[in-house]
Amino acid sequence: MLNATPLEIKPREALRINPAKTCQPIGAMYAALGIHGCMPHSHGSQGCCSYHRSHLTRHYKEPVIATSSSFTEGASVFGGLANLTQALNNIFTIYNPDVVAVHTTCLSEVIGDDIPMMIKKSAEEGIIPAGKYVIHANTPSFVGSHITGFASMCTAMVRYFSERRMGMRNQINLVPGYVDPVDMRELKRITKEMKIDSIMFPDTSDVLDLPQTGVYHMYPKGGTTVDDLKSTGDSMATLALGHFASHPAATELDEKCGVPCAFLELPIGLSQTDRLIHALRNYAGVDVPDSITQERGRLIDVMSDMHQYFHGKRVAVAGDPDHVISLCQFLVELDMKPVYVITGSPGNHFENRVHEILKDQVPDAMIKQNADLFELHQWIKNSPVDLIIGNSYCKYIARAENIPAVRFGFPILDRMTHRLFPTVGYSGAMHLLNKIVEVTFDKRDRECPEELFELVQ
Amino acid sequence: MSDTPEKVPIDAAQAREEMLKIYPPKTRKKRAKQILANDPKMPPEVGANTRTLPGIMTQRGCTYAGCRGVVMGPIYDLLQITHGPIGCGFYAWLTRRNLARPKDPTGPNYMQYSMSTDMQEDQIIFGGEKKLRQAIIEAHEIFKPKAIAILATCPVGLIGDDIHAVAREMKEKLGVNVMAFSCEGYKGVSQSAGHHIANNGVFKNIIGLNDTPDEAEFNMNILGEYNIGGDAWEIDTLLRKCGIHITATLSGDVNYDQVAKAHTVQLNAVMCHRSINYIAEMMEKKYGIPWIKANFIGVESTAKTLRKIAKYFESRKLTDRVEEVIAQEMAAVRPVREEVTARVKGKTAALFVGGSRAHHYQDLFRDMGMEVVSAGYEFAHRDDYEGRKVLPSVKVDADSRNIEELKVEADPIRFKARKTPEQMEALKAGGFSFSDYEGMMVEMKKGTLVIDDISHHELEKLIEIYKPDLICSGIKDKFVIEKMGIPCKQLHSYDYGGPYAAFGGAINFYKEIDRMLSTKIWKYVVPPWEKEPELAVTLVHPAKNGAKRKGESKTWRASAAVGVE
Repeated sequence: MLNATPLEIKPREALRINPAKTCQPIGAMYAALGIHGCMPHSHGSQGCCSYHRSHLTRHYKEPVIATSSSFTEGASVFGGLANLTQALNNIFTIYNPDVVAVHTTCLSEVIGDDIPMMIKKSAEEGIIPAGKYVIHANTPSFVGSHITGFASMCTAMVRYFSERRMGMRNQINLVPGYVDPVDMRELKRITKEMKIDSIMFPDTSDVLDLPQTGVYHMYPKGGTTVDDLKSTGDSMATLALGHFASHPAATELDEKCGVPCAFLELPIGLSQTDRLIHALRNYAGVDVPDSITQERGRLIDVMSDMHQYFHGKRVAVAGDPDHVISLCQFLVELDMKPVYVITGSPGNHFENRVHEILKDQVPDAMIKQNADLFELHQWIKNSPVDLIIGNSYCKYIARAENIPAVRFGFPILDRMTHRLFPTVGYSGAMHLLNKIVEVTFDKRDRECPEELFELVQ
Repeated sequence: MSDTPEKVPIDAAQAREEMLKIYPPKTRKKRAKQILANDPKMPPEVGANTRTLPGIMTQRGCTYAGCRGVVMGPIYDLLQITHGPIGCGFYAWLTRRNLARPKDPTGPNYMQYSMSTDMQEDQIIFGGEKKLRQAIIEAHEIFKPKAIAILATCPVGLIGDDIHAVAREMKEKLGVNVMAFSCEGYKGVSQSAGHHIANNGVFKNIIGLNDTPDEAEFNMNILGEYNIGGDAWEIDTLLRKCGIHITATLSGDVNYDQVAKAHTVQLNAVMCHRSINYIAEMMEKKYGIPWIKANFIGVESTAKTLRKIAKYFESRKLTDRVEEVIAQEMAAVRPVREEVTARVKGKTAALFVGGSRAHHYQDLFRDMGMEVVSAGYEFAHRDDYEGRKVLPSVKVDADSRNIEELKVEADPIRFKARKTPEQMEALKAGGFSFSDYEGMMVEMKKGTLVIDDISHHELEKLIEIYKPDLICSGIKDKFVIEKMGIPCKQLHSYDYGGPYAAFGGAINFYKEIDRMLSTKIWKYVVPPWEKEPELAVTLVHPAKNGAKRKGESKTWRASAAVGVE
């Protein structure tokens, strides 16, 4: 397993090995699926669309719809206007969505296709039916990562839809970040529990976590409706969860409609969830219900019950920046030691923020943005860890080095818990704790000397 | 589902009209050439290998996927660097199930690695050759590989990076074989163009580098076999039992050295005609190795292929051995096949996948007495549908013209006809066909529906009209199909099962289809309260909303089979 990976770390400037990120368009596609009745459209050659649909499907195990401009050499030379026009005509005629959300690819970015002009032309030619929308986000694959693409499509939702119409509404906007449908469902449960009217965008619950009913709906009941997206401009505040995935859309909404925003981080773990609850309470002017306080108490109870097993354990963490920042905070709360912390996405904020979180408890932690799993593996080879937390690709390192692995983030291609249990909120934190305990105890029970094999832990 | 009602034959022409109805005129005209009622005696012309219209939800991928993912990917000790932004290299990483078990367990298996130049805006503006050079140097420094391949993604061609010049330069500088593939995603209309580009590259840069043949009496290659789920291992084991040696399987669980001496064999057998016929043709011209079409999917096909190979080698000993092996293997197959056939006979299937599987897997369904009502390829050409006899009449359009056709001549030293002209004639006279593929349509029934590059809409319509018991497709369609209550078998990844090739694989497949068709899951879908009349209950306290219950109160016991009836 990964036996070509040497111990010696040689500097690399050009070669990316085993990336911990992918390209912008998949994030834009995922975000677009969180609009009700939306067909994501990939403006480029059809391989991009195929790769993204396949990978999203492998993670969610649900139908993932999206169309492509199917560029061939001609379009690549002469521009993609004819392709996009024909695509929109086909899409509205055949698949009849409410919204088409166009994102670009490296190909259409390199040739400099002007998407707004193309959309305008289609509108003038009557290709976009009355009451239907075409929105777009530029998502060049050679900038940022899939998180950037997600953020850009969220921002596009604001740019195209949000409007201040009838003064303030007694509602809160939630920008959830690049999290799973079950997390979005959990965030909605929390706001409902607190009796807060909220609009979450995007919202992939009831889109990518559908029940089996024997009936296929191309546009399932979930997703943020256009009406709701429009009304985000009338909300009292926007709570944006995550610097990288959510803050840009909240900023745009503030600039466009003057909706004040709270820049939060993903509510993963105890104190990050506390911050969310606190913000909800303050911005919506509600009391925190007992039920939430009790959930919190149950989390702390498990943390204290199991503390001895977490304390001082060395952990390697890899994943998307917003996820990793909040997870590190949680690991610190558990008195664990995240000694290696990487993200594949670029962004100085990541290193600064993780450093801030770890500086007292793990002063020698190695923290790196724009890093890859190959480098992380080499660090681990040089000085091992007790646990690795990251997406499914980390399991190769876990097997090579015999380290227990907790799957966390995107993509998870070989397990199903991310479809069933949240990682956000107090209940999400309990779920994460449980996973950490399961994998570490399983390893111990499998490998410890028989005399130390214990019934009770 | 034993309660499946008697199937009324469906009129393919009518189904076709139904599928085409919704399309805008231009789209309808185009799709009409790709949806056809079959006539095995006179297959109609399929508008295959043409562009997918923008906005149509297609199964197809791109040229890069065909080159990097399909053909090059499985060569496990060839270090491969994707030149481009990160996505392409990321998605091609460990997503195809071309399993590998390196001959040297301590040696490298680069399939577990994704290497890319992770191109950034700077390189898009100022060119990416410098970064590519540096990436190759770093890869060489870290891994010391035998050989390096560079694979281009969309922007590379557009910004004008000369990856072939970089490859030549690096080959000289590093002293290892460095080769480049111009497999930008936009070239061609599907993965198929990428297969061709990969074939050319492998033929030019690897095959022929080592003239020392493996020592074996009967020595051949399997071409167009990708070891999905371990298929190549099944085939290998079977042939070894017969006494036949495989030098290289292109490309499944294969290393660089095996490919380098692939031209030393006596025979090439082609599994997936679409993706690899180019190499078969070129090896015949340059080295004199004949090729035959093989199919190890389905027991009848496997037996037929084994006999064909034995006949080629013209050895009594081999022929006897092959018969012995077939008899042995069939003894194991027969009981399973009979047991499963009894349950699934007459059930219907539709297959939309790849460039060969939609044809080959029909044999496995035939083995079980199942009916194929509709089939089509994702990226095949006319010859894969209608047979190679149509090749002279295939129009070469602008998209195909983009792909280089190598000019190959007989090697002045190494060309060696494996059979004398007399031997070839004698074999042909005995019904043996070389360099031939009859295509999918001659083996499909009259009136079945052939759909090339099926769209999402057509698939939905097909399910609505035909209500097949099972569909074979890929990951993007799988859950669409299953949401409609129809089980879907993925034929790209085998749903992480397999192997399905040869006799042992057939047993696996029969059992798998039996499992899928007999599962109770689909019967649980409708909840009991939507099937039964509302039951009256006496509430201790009146319902809060004051709702009155219908009917009379009675004792109620959950049926033991609740939900299953």
